[in-house]
Amino acid sequence: MSLLQVNNVSMFFGGLAAVSNVSFEVKKGEILGVIGPNGAGKTTLFNMVNGFYKPSKGEIFFKGEKISGLRSYQICKRGMARTFQVVKPLQRMSVLDNVIASAFVRTNSKSEAEEIARETIKFTGLTADMSSISKGLPLGKRKKLEITRALATRPELLLLDESCAGLNPSELDESIEIIRKIKEKGITIMVIEHHMKVIMSISDRIVVVNYGQKIADGSPDEIGNNPQVIEAYLGEAHHA
Amino acid sequence: MTTMKKYFPLIVLGCLAMLPLIGLSDYIMHIIILVLMWSVIGMAWNLLGGYCGQVSFGHAAFFGVGAYSAGILYYHTGITAWWGMPIAVGAALLVALGIGFISLRLRGPYFVLSTLAIGEIFRIFAENLEEYTQGNLGIMIQQRSWVEKAPYFYIILGIAALTFVVVKIVAESKWGYYFVAIREDQDAAESLGINSTLFKTIALSLSGVFTGIAGAFYMNYMGYIDPGIVFALGEISILTVMVVMVGGVATYWGPIVGAVIMVFFSELIRSLPTVGAAHQTLFGILLIVIIIFLPNGIVGDFPKLLRLFGIGRKP
Repeated sequence: MSLLQVNNVSMFFGGLAAVSNVSFEVKKGEILGVIGPNGAGKTTLFNMVNGFYKPSKGEIFFKGEKISGLRSYQICKRGMARTFQVVKPLQRMSVLDNVIASAFVRTNSKSEAEEIARETIKFTGLTADMSSISKGLPLGKRKKLEITRALATRPELLLLDESCAGLNPSELDESIEIIRKIKEKGITIMVIEHHMKVIMSISDRIVVVNYGQKIADGSPDEIGNNPQVIEAYLGEAHHA
Repeated sequence: MTTMKKYFPLIVLGCLAMLPLIGLSDYIMHIIILVLMWSVIGMAWNLLGGYCGQVSFGHAAFFGVGAYSAGILYYHTGITAWWGMPIAVGAALLVALGIGFISLRLRGPYFVLSTLAIGEIFRIFAENLEEYTQGNLGIMIQQRSWVEKAPYFYIILGIAALTFVVVKIVAESKWGYYFVAIREDQDAAESLGINSTLFKTIALSLSGVFTGIAGAFYMNYMGYIDPGIVFALGEISILTVMVVMVGGVATYWGPIVGAVIMVFFSELIRSLPTVGAAHQTLFGILLIVIIIFLPNGIVGDFPKLLRLFGIGRKP
């Protein structure tokens, strides 16, 4: 069953088509990887799915309901959460308060929100930093905070925008572990990632975009052997 | 320590409530009443500017609307201007919703500029709607409710206590978290399920209502208003921002400390010969000093202040 259905969406900025005529679906329970060279339109695609931008053309359905045109907060309430590639922590709040603020979307009670927050923080392993002000955290932990905050909204679909970029190898392994654990909880994940090792090892399916268009869609093995994908990444001159 | 902290507001309230009993002069009582009134305005502004991060340079609009609600009611119907308080609540709420609809879609400096303009628009309206407001002649209450200061003192003390409680409850609830989330990053807040337009409107409405109540009190207490006084840019709107900046943005006690300092400071300067005329210049200098050395205000940077005088612990 498809949880998210993206039908022929396009996004124009002025005359430039950042995304043109892209369609794909995310099935319940899977991890869908989205890859593509820099500037291919991955984040724009995310911003449309998440309601940050309204698609210039096309429609997006979440759990069978049309969500293109809704605002981010409405989409979040329907069960979709995201992280930002350029992390956006609520700077002058502690880690715990950051997560409490997001947990409030499912409850009006402070004590319940705090309980959800503490649980989620424990799940992602940020307990030791709970009372630190998020402004002072190193990048690895801020990326983790983004994931924690998104999880605290109790999503069914989680959009991860380069949550592993800029991490050191041990942080990277930890992040992969967290993403696997999130999947085990039954949460569907759509992930943008540049790191091939990460995307190939965690994804059930991969969508490849280049110049705003979808050029391939399939299992990691199929994608790894697709000549168009190799061309997009390595250039035409390379004849393997 | 925690119990001490819990009862601290009650102790302060108790001490204040006894003030009229010790026979202070009318002038001192007048100053204390002004301090309490400015605390109310500061706390109200703090909800919007401090917690929600939407800096308003137009709070005179709410103050003036509150004052004129009471004034116009008294002038045209002859009933006591105290009934202006509940009317001020409604009027300030309407104004807040109107301003919110126009300005809250703007972000950062553009919002600030729009509030600045709105404050001035209200002043010009009040000057020209002579049929209702008497224009620059102003409105005067012929017979004031009490000659002595104590009743006014208790009324404004009650309003201040109510404002303090409301701000504390709101700041520690879901709303408070949402306000701060919007202040820190509006885009992130939206992605976390926060309807930023709605919660900014709530913050503006609460802030406007309490400022309006303070305005209605001012009409009753001072007995005279005109547009240049209650819609003043410098003496109301900017002073409001200063009260909170000096005391401490997004702190419970900041606006109160700020009100004490600003009211005493302005009374002190005004009483000085020659320098007195330049009191606004001195306010400006004070603001610059505070922003450079105590960006979080006296309450927010209290530990830093203690260290400066060599009392507190080293970091």
